[in-house]
Amino acid sequence: MTSSPAIEFAGVRKDYLSHGESVPAVKSLDLAIAQGEFFSLLGPSGCGKTTTMRMIAGFEEPTEGKVFLDGQDVTGVAPNKRDVNMVFQSYALFPHLSVQQNVAFGLERKKVAKAEINHRVGAMLEIVSLTGMEKRQPREMSGGQQQRVALARALVNHPRALLLDEPLGALDLKLRQQMQVELKRIQREVGITFVYVTHDQGEALTMSDRIAVMNAGLIEQLGTPREIYERPATRFVAGFIGTSNIVDGTVDRVEQGLAVIAKGTGEQVVVRVPDSVRPGRAIEVSVRPEKIDLHRTMPAGITGSLLSGTVSEVVYHGTSTNYTVATTDGADFVVFDQNAHDAENVASRGERVYLSWAPQHSYPIGV
Amino acid sequence: MTGRGGRLLHAYTWLLIAWLILPISVMILFGFNNPNGRYNQTWQGFTLKWYKDVFALDALTSALITSLTVAVLTALIAGALGTAIGYALGRYRFTGAGGLNLLMFAAISSPELVMGSSLLSLFVTMGFPLGTASITIAHVMFSISFVAIVVRARVMTLDRSLEEAAADLGANGWTTFWKVIFPIILPAVLSGVMLAFALSIDDFVITNFTAGTTETFPLWIWGATRVGLPPQVNVMGTMIFAIGVLFAVIANVRSRSRKA
Repeated sequence: MTSSPAIEFAGVRKDYLSHGESVPAVKSLDLAIAQGEFFSLLGPSGCGKTTTMRMIAGFEEPTEGKVFLDGQDVTGVAPNKRDVNMVFQSYALFPHLSVQQNVAFGLERKKVAKAEINHRVGAMLEIVSLTGMEKRQPREMSGGQQQRVALARALVNHPRALLLDEPLGALDLKLRQQMQVELKRIQREVGITFVYVTHDQGEALTMSDRIAVMNAGLIEQLGTPREIYERPATRFVAGFIGTSNIVDGTVDRVEQGLAVIAKGTGEQVVVRVPDSVRPGRAIEVSVRPEKIDLHRTMPAGITGSLLSGTVSEVVYHGTSTNYTVATTDGADFVVFDQNAHDAENVASRGERVYLSWAPQHSYPIGV
Repeated sequence: MTGRGGRLLHAYTWLLIAWLILPISVMILFGFNNPNGRYNQTWQGFTLKWYKDVFALDALTSALITSLTVAVLTALIAGALGTAIGYALGRYRFTGAGGLNLLMFAAISSPELVMGSSLLSLFVTMGFPLGTASITIAHVMFSISFVAIVVRARVMTLDRSLEEAAADLGANGWTTFWKVIFPIILPAVLSGVMLAFALSIDDFVITNFTAGTTETFPLWIWGATRVGLPPQVNVMGTMIFAIGVLFAVIANVRSRSRKA
């Protein structure tokens, strides 16, 4: 294994021509994906994630900047000369070829000996659990099986990186969840760098070592699933990944690194901030719904955040009960309350409740 | 299907089949007729002698050979060129694509009389000798659009990522076309080729203008109608029809076994 990153973007920009006008798809991209990493590009449609992936495969060329594979500049190199393989959203299996012939296609192009092709195809079909289906035609297989053929067809070439373009999009929920686990296992088994494009945050959080959250042609945040979920860097990330409650306010005082934003009598939001934050500064604070405790009576001895409000919605979800609470200063808060305790102790619509959470669970956005 | 609607549909279907089959049955039947005199128009008894003597009329036989030669050449040339045009039009956007589309439909919809006479003027002006070559050029010209349109329609429905997948797996443009695209569009190419063959073998108007003294099967029949058609014409017609049916059956059986 070399020391250079598997994939690197240096100052990449990509514009498309649309009706004679140049429209940026990727505005500015500097990114290094490590060897053997399961890396996800996550974002809404039109954010530039697919364009980014297609620049790795060579189907798109950057307008500006360079793309490196294993430290080698591949900018301008044709797709058939790049040592990466892709799993297409539509699978793009060759309909006139059998499973065996589909998977062998890449090795045949490389003029690998027949015996070795058969051996490698057999071994790969075993990894994706399709042994015995060599003679089948793609149209005789289910969506999930076709997906595995596409995966095997790419992986059998031992590419430097495997690119997956929303590969689970066409599968039903149950199969999708199964394939998530499967993909992760296969990636561990073959040890190849996976670059995974998805708009499904759940998928990205489950499988990835690192995630780049993209929006409007830029990376909004780059980090591990935990970092991105627990400490969203921007309001966009906070809103796109999971559910976030966001409080706007002005810092009243800073005590031992904790900023206090007062909200009416006895109510406050407490958040850890860097030294540069001074009283009087406007600030946005985010907190995840599952970190909040919901009380039916005013709790005593709260040193962290405390807000009050009225329950406007109660939805029972089995493992948890989800509340929507209209707070006194006008924001709607979502609270996930684990159904661990007494089922009797459920707040009802219209009831006045108190929300509290510890200082370490609130994060300032963009500070 | 039951009920009045079902029976009506049934009756309608059989009526339509009869409508299509009847003229052909008459042609086949009169290949077995044993007429007295020159006119093969009333049934006078069964015989197989026309099948035995099918190639007895040298002029007719050579006209049929000319027609078959032209039709095969037309199918091959128009098939190759039309496939290339259809693929280009279905796959790429390029300057002149709109104009080319228009030209193809113009070639299909313009009256044969106009095309035939202008082709004749063209050949005469260029000093090009009229004969099998000029007929073939003319036939390629009018049948190429049909092949191109059939192939273009198929190419347009192809998943673009198939080509990307081939490139991604290391195939260059040439390999991608012959290993992936061509096998997938082959049924469309074949139906284009058969269409070109069928259009060529019974073309009369354009052939009449561009043939010079060369006689094709339809031209010979046209000439013979004034003196009475020999039953060999029915036999040859039956044979051409049988070959067509054979191709259709093969295509049908193949597509069925693929689906199963």
